[in-house]
Amino acid sequence: MSVHDQKPALRLEGIVKTFPGVRALDGVSFSVLPGEVHALMGENGAGKSTLMKVLGGLHQPNEGKIFMGDEPVVMGSPMDAKAKGVVFIHQELSLAEELSVAENIYLGELPRKSFGRVDWDRLYADSGAILKRLNCGFGPRTLVGDLSIANMQMVEIARALTVDAKAVIFDEPTASLTDAEKVVLFEVIADLRAQGVGIIYISHRMEEIFRISDRITVLRDGAYRGTLNTAETDEDEVTRLMIGRSLDMSRNAEHVETGDVALEVRGLSCGKLFQDVSFEVREGEVVGFYGLVGAGRTEIAETLFGLRTPSAGKILLKGKEVSIHSPMDAIAHGISLVPEDRKTQGLVLGMNCRDNITLPQVGDLTAGPFVSDGAEIAIFDQYRDRLDIKTPNWRQQVGNLSGGNQQKIVIGKWLSMHPEVLIVDEPTRGIDIGSKSEIHNLIRELAKSGYAVIVISSEMPEVMRVSDRVIAMYNGKLMRSFTADEVTEDNLVQAISGLSENGKVA
Amino acid sequence: MQQETRKRMIKESAIWGFIVLELIFFSVAGHFLSLSENAFMDFENMLLLLKQSAPIGIIALGMTVVMINGNIDLSVGATFALAAVVMLDSMSWPIFAPLGDWVIPVSWALALLTGMVLGAINGFIVWKTGVDAFIVTLGSMLGFRGLVFMYNGEQPTFQLNWTMVDIAEARLFGLQTPTLVLIVCTVLVWLMLNKTIHGRNVYAVGDNREAAVNAGIRVGPHMMINFIIIGFLAALSSVVFYSASGSVNPNDGMLYELWVITAVVLGGTKLTGGKGSVIATFGGVIAIQLLRKGLGHIGADTAMVNLVIGSILIAVLYLDKQLNRKGDGDLKV
Ligand SMILES: Nc1ncnc2c1ncn2[C@@H]1O[C@H](COP(=O)(O)OP(=O)(O)OP(=O)(O)O)[C@@H](O)[C@H]1O
Ligand SMILES: [Mg+2]
Repeated sequence: MSVHDQKPALRLEGIVKTFPGVRALDGVSFSVLPGEVHALMGENGAGKSTLMKVLGGLHQPNEGKIFMGDEPVVMGSPMDAKAKGVVFIHQELSLAEELSVAENIYLGELPRKSFGRVDWDRLYADSGAILKRLNCGFGPRTLVGDLSIANMQMVEIARALTVDAKAVIFDEPTASLTDAEKVVLFEVIADLRAQGVGIIYISHRMEEIFRISDRITVLRDGAYRGTLNTAETDEDEVTRLMIGRSLDMSRNAEHVETGDVALEVRGLSCGKLFQDVSFEVREGEVVGFYGLVGAGRTEIAETLFGLRTPSAGKILLKGKEVSIHSPMDAIAHGISLVPEDRKTQGLVLGMNCRDNITLPQVGDLTAGPFVSDGAEIAIFDQYRDRLDIKTPNWRQQVGNLSGGNQQKIVIGKWLSMHPEVLIVDEPTRGIDIGSKSEIHNLIRELAKSGYAVIVISSEMPEVMRVSDRVIAMYNGKLMRSFTADEVTEDNLVQAISGLSENGKVA
Repeated sequence: MQQETRKRMIKESAIWGFIVLELIFFSVAGHFLSLSENAFMDFENMLLLLKQSAPIGIIALGMTVVMINGNIDLSVGATFALAAVVMLDSMSWPIFAPLGDWVIPVSWALALLTGMVLGAINGFIVWKTGVDAFIVTLGSMLGFRGLVFMYNGEQPTFQLNWTMVDIAEARLFGLQTPTLVLIVCTVLVWLMLNKTIHGRNVYAVGDNREAAVNAGIRVGPHMMINFIIIGFLAALSSVVFYSASGSVNPNDGMLYELWVITAVVLGGTKLTGGKGSVIATFGGVIAIQLLRKGLGHIGADTAMVNLVIGSILIAVLYLDKQLNRKGDGDLKV
């Protein structure tokens, strides 16, 4: 069967959407066939989420039409779209944490009994069945607030299975999933696809796109750039369509002269989260922490940054023991952390771009009693160019930026602090491949100019590319440390799954 | 997870522990300090306490709903007064004269309708303008109070109807009418919040408004319904109270909003929304009334009572914050 002689389940034609100062979509056309996985790609701010919000009834387009089958339809509201069979799984978690998993899955359409009462039996039965299908390890009555980020994402995905969907939109669903959960997600997608549902899949991860998609559509600066059959194309072609040039994705080859030990950790433990962790980072060195989500890497970073109190162990900076009780202490000692969860930990969404970047150092940027506007704008400009942040100007509220550009603001914020020890947690989650390599270069450059850098990442190509040394973690313990020459995909996978060299569980 | 559940249970039952503490304290302290001969925990005294809790308590139920929803209503005191004026004044309107005592239910209905209309006005403005409920109801608090004064100037409005007083002071199983209304309303609001779709959406909207919008809940009309509910309950509270007293001063109900909010917060409802329970609010109302009564029992004056309640409120919020910080190894905020 060829995909070309099928009728699309869903078609968008000539969609234009403008926001004040931004033309987010400029005449984009797009279609999904029943039973295909259609990947949507493009740089941060290219307009992918906006296009999907138009389709999902969250935005009304300024121009253009949506067709289901042959009929033109108007998606008046998210309810409306869902009733028509379009299910949207959002890029950012969209959950009510004080409610149960079941209530979140059926949010907005709780099953009804007489007098507007909730039909709890049906609610729990139905959502229980969906969770079972997704192989989730938690029940429908669990409070969402008690779940890990990855499990919350599974709750979002569970929403796709509540209605008889014609099209399901996944906007960067894998950003916070572990490898095992990813497999389950891909099974769910295959399942939906076999039932003739059209899938729209947004991701910046090439390997995923090539693994599951049938076609790839590329957007650039709000404009349609073309659609490719996945089987007939390669990463390079997609990259060129996306950013207009090829990228060098080679591994870190250069060897930097490392200096003195900048940070040393001895026997650090924090309850059940991680135990007896010892390592050192030298000036001019990038140390990558690799492991599965939940291996304790983020928790180590948070401890170094004063967000958690260690239960044992020492932290030494330049050979001197220090005690870090709060982020304030950490910043004073020259430690910066780019957190993993940008939305809740890294940004003030209602503030503008410039103020977010200069937030931690605003006390230093004064002219007389006032904050110096000029100095702030200069810093903002520098990092906007450096990181290629897409925003009409510095006055734009960060909450209105695309997901990836928000992440860039967080990174810019901490880089502008010129820390001595920089910890970056999942620095390129949700970031497009062009800026990703830009951020990698930036991390290398920072190290070259003498900073000690710790990179935490769940993406193997990323750690292998930027690190001088890779530390593998499993279940709260350091498994092994590799130099850049020693490390291979095989021995890394072995180390993070808790297997020792001869295949036994350590 | 186990520990989480335990912590949650501790927090949810905290208010009842506090009430028990108060009872013990005032019984013991009263023994030494009180001028009166009566024991504090006398049965009649407790019944009286429940009755006196009713006016604040009934409004607090509505406030719980609105606060879980992520809003607040500062106009309840003014609504309370205006509903009373409408009720008492309408009883002497000439067109109702032929009704005889049947004017009573008609006036009640008018008062309740007034409350609902005022609530609807608040809700509609919040919905259509998107202005914070705090500001909107701050404005309507002044506006509604203005209406009260326009009605009758500085004069009290009064209407003594003995049939009405009899109803208001009736007893069932030893409980007076106001107490009964408070209990019935608590049960009804509890059922609404926990068993109905609207009630669950109250939590969802308050917890994460954006998620609720994304899920297709029509947040504007939803919030308006909740403002109508609190308007209705403020008017109901007024009906219950003034049916017995028969006279309303234009300044009545002032500062009620603060007592009500204090009770709701003591009961553990989150100021930012998404979490709370009417049962705990009921506890909060009782706790405040106990404090007022108990401090009076041992001879403290009003100023002292206010000082103590204020301090306790701040202590409760601080404790709540400490409890929310999970453990030593856990993330600090
Ligand atoms: N509500 C809004 N107000 C103003 N501008 C907006 C709004 N929503 C999106 N934009 C702008 O529209 C453009 C496209 O954003 P969109 O979120 O669609 O990007 P994206 O392709 O999803 O990027 P990413 O990969 O980073 O998620 C961006 O420049 C963004 O700043
Ligand atoms: Mg996006």
